[in-house]
Amino acid sequence: MNIKSILLLALVANGAAYAAEAEVSDSDRIAQYREMISDGNPADFDEMRGESLWKAVAGPKQATLEQCDLGKGAGVVKGAYAELPRFFKDTGRVQDLESRLLSCMSTLQGLNADEIAAKPFATEKKPSDISSLATYVVGQSKGIKMAVSVKHPKEKEAYEIGKRIFSYRAGPYDFACSTCHATSNVRIRMQDLPNLNVKKDAQAAYTTWPAYRVSQGLTRSFQWRLNDCFRQQRFPEPKFASEATVDLTMYLAVSANGAAFAGPGLKR
Amino acid sequence: MKAKWMIGTVLIASLAGFSAQAAESKLDAKTAEIVKRDFQDRGIARADRVVQDELQALCSKYHDKLPAKLKSKMEGEQAEAIKLPADDKYMGDWKAGEKLAQSGRGMTWSDKAEDPAGGNCYNCHQLSAKEIAFGTIGPSLLHYGKIRGNSLEVQRHTYGHIYNAKAFQACANMPRFGHKAILSEAQIKDLVALLLDPESPVNK
Repeated sequence: MNIKSILLLALVANGAAYAAEAEVSDSDRIAQYREMISDGNPADFDEMRGESLWKAVAGPKQATLEQCDLGKGAGVVKGAYAELPRFFKDTGRVQDLESRLLSCMSTLQGLNADEIAAKPFATEKKPSDISSLATYVVGQSKGIKMAVSVKHPKEKEAYEIGKRIFSYRAGPYDFACSTCHATSNVRIRMQDLPNLNVKKDAQAAYTTWPAYRVSQGLTRSFQWRLNDCFRQQRFPEPKFASEATVDLTMYLAVSANGAAFAGPGLKR
Repeated sequence: MKAKWMIGTVLIASLAGFSAQAAESKLDAKTAEIVKRDFQDRGIARADRVVQDELQALCSKYHDKLPAKLKSKMEGEQAEAIKLPADDKYMGDWKAGEKLAQSGRGMTWSDKAEDPAGGNCYNCHQLSAKEIAFGTIGPSLLHYGKIRGNSLEVQRHTYGHIYNAKAFQACANMPRFGHKAILSEAQIKDLVALLLDPESPVNK
């Protein structure tokens, strides 16, 4: 029996225990479940995988990522995620964690960024190196207060554009992010939706991604989170680590400023 | 002297307002550019889905709160484009309607072109009292027909609302199921029956 089925069983058993109480919402149940396993999150395995990848020699240049500059200087991982996205002088653009990892894998290790970006997410059959690396890096910001800057004009612009992408309605259903995430206390079916224009909700949501998804048995990155939102929005696919995704991330990250980062999280 | 001051102040204020507006529209234009560039075809979801029609662009710009005049103009345009069934018949099969209402599938890049789209109704609305897993983004539609009756006028209105909710509320959250060819005429009739048929679980 693998970890996924054990977890699902635990979730189902827990759900069954509550089935009699009709008033208990899914989110309450998941909160309960989170408490049950608060000593360990399956995302820990992905975090460990990411850490060994960070320290492993790889690519045509046979280098590790230990000299990667995530914004706080070469090799500084602690607290780096709490200040991302940010403007990077060497690339001349604002980058989120995954876009920055892509730069480092390409510059330091000589790996092909386009190839990585073409298949960036883990599947049941194949883990994703860039995703595991992201899980490792975010884990090193656990407990650190989100402090994303908009001081640089490019950071400010990214924030402003991200805010506009948040309410950009398009596609066959006329949906925007804001269609589901700009009203408080609403849900799709039984799934509660955070109002991401409200600081408290934005903080709770943003600081718990990346997360281990029990229903998928995989740890999912923030780029994945946005990608799957756009899928359900009936949009075409956002290009991995593209400016549109980084700008949207900037808007959401700034909204989460002031809260202690709590990821990797655990979600249904 | 006083008048000069005042003119000066007004001039500066309006210049500041003007340049703020220019900065806003520059950002709007840049957003549209970035979105066009950064989304790609995947499965049935083609990249050109991000190109906005006039209503989508206006609702985005005004955060779904259009100025009154513009709102009624857009609602009028959407209403004019509603195509009612040629046979003037609106009540399909409520059982088929319930199945459609339950399905949240359709038009994502993981759906296939030949997969029929669902109505997605329970995602946002309460309908039948038996289904407790309903969303709350839209209003409850429980007892929709019991409250309104099912006169021809109510049937036409209900059909029109599902066909194009934006004819009634320009920036409504609800998709335009007929206008955007998400559902067929027969499917919309099935949903009308789900809402209005006295035998439908919605009205029990």
